[in-house]
Amino acid sequence: MNVFQSWGRIPAVRQNKLFPEWRNTLSIEDRGSLLLPYGRGRSYGDSCLNDRQTICVTSRLNHFIHFDREQGILRCESGVGLDEILQLVVPHGWFLAVTPGTQYVTVGGAIANDVHGKNHHLAGTFGCHLTAFELVRTTGERLYCSATENAAMFKATIGGLGLTGLITWAEIRLKKMATPFMDSETIRFENLAEFFVLSEESDRDWEYTVAWIDCLAQGESLGRGLFIRGRHSEQLMSASGKIAKRRLSMPVNAPGFLLNQYTIRLFNKIYYRKNRKGESVAHGHYESFFYPLDSIGNWNRMYGRRGFYQYQCLVPLSDGQAIITRLLEMIAASGMGSFLSVLKKFGDIESPGMLSFPRPGITLALDFPNYGTKLLTLFEKLDEQVMQAKGAVYPAKDARMSAKAFQHYFPQWRDFSRYRDPGMSSSFWRRVTGE
Amino acid sequence: MKKILIIGATSAIAREVAKIYVLQGARLCLAGRDEKKLHIVADDLTARGAQAVQVLTVELTDPATHGDMIKQAEDFLQGLDCVLIAYGSLPDQHACEADAGQTLKELNTNFISVVALLTRLANDMEQRGHGVLAVISSVAGDRGRQSNYIYGAAKGGLSIFLQGLRNRLASKGVHVLTVKPGFVDTPMTVDFNKGLLWVSAETVAQGIVKAMDKKRDVVYLPWFWRGIMLIIKSIPERMFKKMKL
Repeated sequence: MNVFQSWGRIPAVRQNKLFPEWRNTLSIEDRGSLLLPYGRGRSYGDSCLNDRQTICVTSRLNHFIHFDREQGILRCESGVGLDEILQLVVPHGWFLAVTPGTQYVTVGGAIANDVHGKNHHLAGTFGCHLTAFELVRTTGERLYCSATENAAMFKATIGGLGLTGLITWAEIRLKKMATPFMDSETIRFENLAEFFVLSEESDRDWEYTVAWIDCLAQGESLGRGLFIRGRHSEQLMSASGKIAKRRLSMPVNAPGFLLNQYTIRLFNKIYYRKNRKGESVAHGHYESFFYPLDSIGNWNRMYGRRGFYQYQCLVPLSDGQAIITRLLEMIAASGMGSFLSVLKKFGDIESPGMLSFPRPGITLALDFPNYGTKLLTLFEKLDEQVMQAKGAVYPAKDARMSAKAFQHYFPQWRDFSRYRDPGMSSSFWRRVTGE
Repeated sequence: MKKILIIGATSAIAREVAKIYVLQGARLCLAGRDEKKLHIVADDLTARGAQAVQVLTVELTDPATHGDMIKQAEDFLQGLDCVLIAYGSLPDQHACEADAGQTLKELNTNFISVVALLTRLANDMEQRGHGVLAVISSVAGDRGRQSNYIYGAAKGGLSIFLQGLRNRLASKGVHVLTVKPGFVDTPMTVDFNKGLLWVSAETVAQGIVKAMDKKRDVVYLPWFWRGIMLIIKSIPERMFKKMKL
């Protein structure tokens, strides 16, 4: 058994690996151990880990099957990465209908977590653009799933954390775009109320919106930050606008003291002021707009050997401002800072996924260096607020939520459990359901 | 537009080589044993923009099938510029030690059938007066080791054969390339613990295409294996035989 860590590097587990290679002949029956499909391990916590059991790595299921260049329909195996898809489709004027903040995830992973992006208010989740897939189960079944065939299994698998079976291939609808470039604006806002105003106004005619916030600002400045909005550009950039390919990488772990509350506070302050005038306009390549962190290989090593936690929650819009205010107050008061805090308003396009995280409301995502017990205590307190508000926490980013919290956030989990492949499980699932 | 025949086209390295040639607009013939797998690879290449891909199902270990395969490839490609031979197996050393039949079978897969195939291809190309023959051998063929000497013997024999063939065809406009990969992370080596010396099939494929373009004779992939093998080859046999390698 090999030692594995996920992207957040908490926890480390021992598990066996299985590498199915050919979609037509693969079989996952009779393993004598519980299986979990595994893409690139980019989930932050333990939803992509399977301690003492077996993961089924899809890296060799990486064939394209069909690309309809006229209709923008792509069928490919589940281990194909979004980066590989973009490389193929962008030159033909197509783009992913929904993309998360990294392109280094697989199609299978994007489905299993029903990922969302900066255009959730207009496009919904990744699952909204999925037309069909094939599911192989440890029972030996092979199911063709779509909105009309095996519809219940289709819904359960979208956002189903890889627990309903192994997706061998999937078909997605792409979206047309004029150029690989983006027009964007960055606008400084002084507090949370301004964020809501900007969000309301921008979501109407900007395809992509997101905000970074300085989570350590308190009082009048609470919730201050930078609002970023963008759209695909009609303008081709001049030839000089060369694409920066991954130049930087973190070769080793940063020493643990590098990211502490003082450096994080300093970073947040400086970053907030990076726009002198408070507003700036840009024209750049889609990679720098969608995937700024992808340009630093292994950026997770920045947090040192102890790893880091992500906390992404969402709360309903109705009293969203009040709850987000309370959450930010609690975080600021704790003094434990987050390097990258992101705020985004989800739209009301319903995801087909049964266990999907996104729903109408405001989502707040934060990452924290592993401060240990005091951080876990803070998370517990945040959870109490989110539970009260009838919100939810994102499983793909979680390594610590209690079973009680999960079951509160996802009361439909028992229904979902009926569709779970009896031969499949994950560290996360055992932790939050006891199944 | 290059006309390329890839033999053993479902192997991880071959697939990556094919992907590179698709980007260059080549016409491709994919030969191998398993028709369904070949079609998976062919569909992938077509989705990536390949203009012409043909699948040829052949039992390569049987030399009687070789003539037909070459003929069909030449018909489809309307000529033949390059051939990459990428098929092979990684024998279970212990099983081979216990059973001569098993040993001969592995030698046939990795050496004898390849020699038969190359004999035909070489004659065709010699007649035409041009072509590239790229063959995947292995660093394992540079010195026999107790853990892997059946495979090593097959690949070592193959390397010597290629050396002679290169010598014969050098003045005839036909180029022979011997590829010696080190540790490659492929399905063939799934059970190994991977360390620093391991590279991806993609990296090896880039090296192969570059070596074919530059008409290199023998390439170690990655390059540092030339140094490693130089050291391994220079250890006196008296000491080497006592080492656990």
